[in-house]
Amino acid sequence: MLDVAGKVSAEKKIAKGFLDKFGALIGLILLSVTLTLLTDKFLTLDNLMNIFRQSSVNCLLAIGMLLTILTAGIDLSVGSILAISTMLMGIVVVKWGMNPILGMAVCLGVGAFFGWLNGILLTKLRLPHPFISTLGTMNIARGLALIVTAAAPIAGFPYMIQFVGREFIGPVPISFLLVIIVYVGFHLFLTRTATGRYIYAIGGNKEAARLSGINVNRVLVIVYTMSGLMAALAGLVMVGRVNSAFPLAGLSYELDAIAAVIIGGASFFGGVGTVWGTMIGALIIAVLRNGLNLLNVSADFQMAVIGFVIITAVFIDVLRQRASKM
Amino acid sequence: MQAVKETSLLKLSKVNKSFSGIRILKDIDLEIKAGEVHILLGENGAGKSTLIKIVTGAYRKDSGEIYWEGNRVAIESPLDAMNLGIATIYQELNLIPELTVYENIYLGREIKNSGKFSLLNQKEMKKRVAEYLKRLNLDISPEDKVSSLGIGKQQLVEIIRALMMDTRLIIMDEPTASLSASETETLLKIIDDLRKQGIAIIYISHRLDEIKQIGDRITILRDGCKMATLPVKKTSTEQMIQLMVGRQLKDQYPKESFTIGAEGLKVEDLRLRKRKETISFTAYQGQILGIAGLVGAGRTELARAIFGAEPIESGKVYVFGEEVTIRSPQDAIQAGLALISEDRKGEGLILDLDLEFNMTLTSLKRLKQGAFLRFKKLNEEANRYLHELRIRPSDVDVPARKLSGGNQQKVVIAKWLATNAKVFIFDEPTRGIDVGAKVEVYRLMNDLVKQGKVVIMISSDLPELLGMCDRILVMHEGKMTADLSREEADQEIIMKAATGGIQNA
Repeated sequence: MLDVAGKVSAEKKIAKGFLDKFGALIGLILLSVTLTLLTDKFLTLDNLMNIFRQSSVNCLLAIGMLLTILTAGIDLSVGSILAISTMLMGIVVVKWGMNPILGMAVCLGVGAFFGWLNGILLTKLRLPHPFISTLGTMNIARGLALIVTAAAPIAGFPYMIQFVGREFIGPVPISFLLVIIVYVGFHLFLTRTATGRYIYAIGGNKEAARLSGINVNRVLVIVYTMSGLMAALAGLVMVGRVNSAFPLAGLSYELDAIAAVIIGGASFFGGVGTVWGTMIGALIIAVLRNGLNLLNVSADFQMAVIGFVIITAVFIDVLRQRASKM
Repeated sequence: MQAVKETSLLKLSKVNKSFSGIRILKDIDLEIKAGEVHILLGENGAGKSTLIKIVTGAYRKDSGEIYWEGNRVAIESPLDAMNLGIATIYQELNLIPELTVYENIYLGREIKNSGKFSLLNQKEMKKRVAEYLKRLNLDISPEDKVSSLGIGKQQLVEIIRALMMDTRLIIMDEPTASLSASETETLLKIIDDLRKQGIAIIYISHRLDEIKQIGDRITILRDGCKMATLPVKKTSTEQMIQLMVGRQLKDQYPKESFTIGAEGLKVEDLRLRKRKETISFTAYQGQILGIAGLVGAGRTELARAIFGAEPIESGKVYVFGEEVTIRSPQDAIQAGLALISEDRKGEGLILDLDLEFNMTLTSLKRLKQGAFLRFKKLNEEANRYLHELRIRPSDVDVPARKLSGGNQQKVVIAKWLATNAKVFIFDEPTRGIDVGAKVEVYRLMNDLVKQGKVVIMISSDLPELLGMCDRILVMHEGKMTADLSREEADQEIIMKAATGGIQNA
C-alpha cells in the first residue's frame, strides 16, 4: 500500500518536474514547427544562426536579470548600463586611441561599477525596492551616455573589439558561443555554489535567509554587480555587431530581458527560476521576432504578439501551480 | 446548564480526500450540533487541516456528502461556505493593519447610504460596531487602527467580524496560540457566550487544559481516520492522548537530569533597544534554562538581540567563557549560537524550497570542496537528519510547505544541528505542534544537553517550562523579575513575577 502510494507520488513528481523544466522548451519547439510549416525560409542553417546571433544580446542581459529576479528584485538599468559602458569604451579606444584590451576592461568595469552602485543603493542606502534604485541609475546612466559625446555616436572600433560580436566559427556566431559559456558558468554558479543557493534562499524568504547566517546585503551587491557586468558584456557584443556605440543603444532592452526571464518560468516573486529556462525564454522572443519578420508582419504588430506570449506563458504557469495546489 | 441544542447543523458523511495518490482523509463522519463547542484533536498530519479546508471550501472533497441543517449541500468555494454561515479564524490574522477596527469589520460589505452615489455610511457602521464591542465588554474603539492593537485584541476583532456576518458555525484554528493568559480568558468567555446563542464552534487546539475548560464534545483524528467522538466531560486526558497518538504516552515531559557544567552562555548588562533596564543571566551546560513571561515581555527581543538579529544598546555576551561580539546572525553562528525562531514559517523555513535545501542552508560552507558544493554530502547529511529526527514524509525533495507543523519544526531544528552550535535558543519550540511531536522536541533537547550543549527555552506554556526546565527565568516588561530553581518554581510564583508582582530577581 505504502509502496504503491510512494510510486504514484514519485511518478507525479517526475511528470511535474518535466513540465517545470521543459514547459517553455515545448513552447519553443511548437513555435519552431509552426514557423517551419508556414515558411520555408525559417528552417535553414543561416536563419537559425542568425536567430542565435540576434538573441545573444538579450541572452546576456536576461541572465543578469534572472539573478535579480531570483532575489525577488529587478534591474531596470541594464539597457542604460549597456549604453554608458560602450560609450566610455568608445571614448577610450576610438577617441583616445588606447589599447582595445584596456577598452574592453573599461567597458566591463563601468558595467560592473553601475551594477555595484545599484547594489549599494539598495543595501546601504536602503532604498525600499530595486525598482526604485535601478530606475534612478537607469536615468543617470542614460543621461551620462548622452552627455559624454553630446549625443553623438562613436564608430570605427578596432577589429579586436568587433571580433566577438561579428565573427563566426564555421557557421556558428562567436557571440552565441560566448552566451553558451556564460550560461554554463551561471548554471554552475547557481546550482553548485553556496552563493548560488543563497540567491534562491533570499528570494524565497529573506528574513529566514538572514537568520540562517547569510550575509544578505553582500549577496545582493554581488547579484546587481553581475547584472551590470552582463549588461556591459552584452554591449561589447552589440558594438561588434553594429561597429558603433551610440547613446541610445539598449533603450528599453530591459523589458525584453524581463520578458525572457518570466517566459522562461522564473517567479516574479523570487526564489524560482533556472538558467536554461531563461535561455529558452530569450530564444522564444528571438524566434518569434524572426518568424514574424519572415512572414512580413510589421514591427508594431510584433510587439503586440510578444505581449500576448508573455501573458500566455505566465497564465499557463498560474494554471499549473493552481493544479498542483488543489 | 449549557443548553446544547440537539439540532444537527453540519454533517459530513464518508468524506475522502487524497493528495498525490496518498489518502489524507478516510471515510470521515462528523456531526456538529448548533450551540456546541466541538473540539477537533489530532497529531499534525492527522488530517485536521484538510478536513477544515473541505468544510470552508478551500479544498474539494474526492467523495462523500456534506449536509447543512439536514439538506445536502455542495461547498466548492470559500464563498459557498460563507453563504451558508461558516466563518474561519486562522492563526494568521487576515486584517489590514492600516485600517480601523470598523473598516476591517465591514470590509467588502460596507453599509452604504441610499442615494445616487451610495457613499459609505460610516456613522452607522461605527455605531453598530460600538454596540457590539460594548455588549462584549471589550476595551476597543471602532476607530482604533488595527495596527495599534495587541495581537490578542486583533484576534478578537477578527472574531467580531465573523460574528457580525450572521455566522452559524465558527471554526477556530488554535486561536489562543499567540494570546496571553488574560486574553485567552476573554476569548474563552466569548466562546461560551456564543454557544449560549446557539452558534456552533469547531475548535482546534493542542492545549488540553483549554479543551477541558470549554469543549462539549471532542472528535479525535489519527492518520486520516476518525477514532471517536466523545463527550469532553466524560473523557480523561490520558484517553484523549491515547486515542490521538495510538499508544500510551507515558510521560508528557520526559525530563532527564544531568550534572551541571560550565558557564555556556553568559549575558552581562545587556540593554535592548528602547528599553531602560539591563539584563544579565547565565545558562549552564547540563541544564535546560527556561524563560517565562507574558507576550510582549521582551523574551523574543532578548533572544534575537543575543543572536544579532536585532541591534543592542550595550552589554556583553560570553560563550563558554570567551567574550564574543555579535552584530549579525553570521557572527552569532560563528560564535556557536543557534536560534530556533518562534515563527518557523516566516523566519525559519523557505517554504517553497525542498527539505535538503532548508536543512543544509546554514552549513553550506562546511559542505563544499573548493568553490563547489558536494551534492552527495548534502544529500547524505539531509537524509541523516531526516532519519534521526523521524521527519515525515521522509523525502528530502519535498518542499517544506507540504509538511505539518511538527515536521516543519524538526526541519528547522535539523538546520541548526547541522551548524555544530554550542548554545541552542528555542523560542516557543512547541507552539502549534501536537503532543507526540512535542515529546520528540523535548527528547531532542535532552539529547543536546547530554552532548554538552547549552539549551535555553523560551515558552508561554507554563506546564512545559515546569516540566522540562532546571531553572526558569521570568521576564516582565523588558527585565528579569525572577530566577527560580526547578524546586522553587510553580505556576503561581511565575505568574506573579510575569505580571510584575515580584520586582527583583
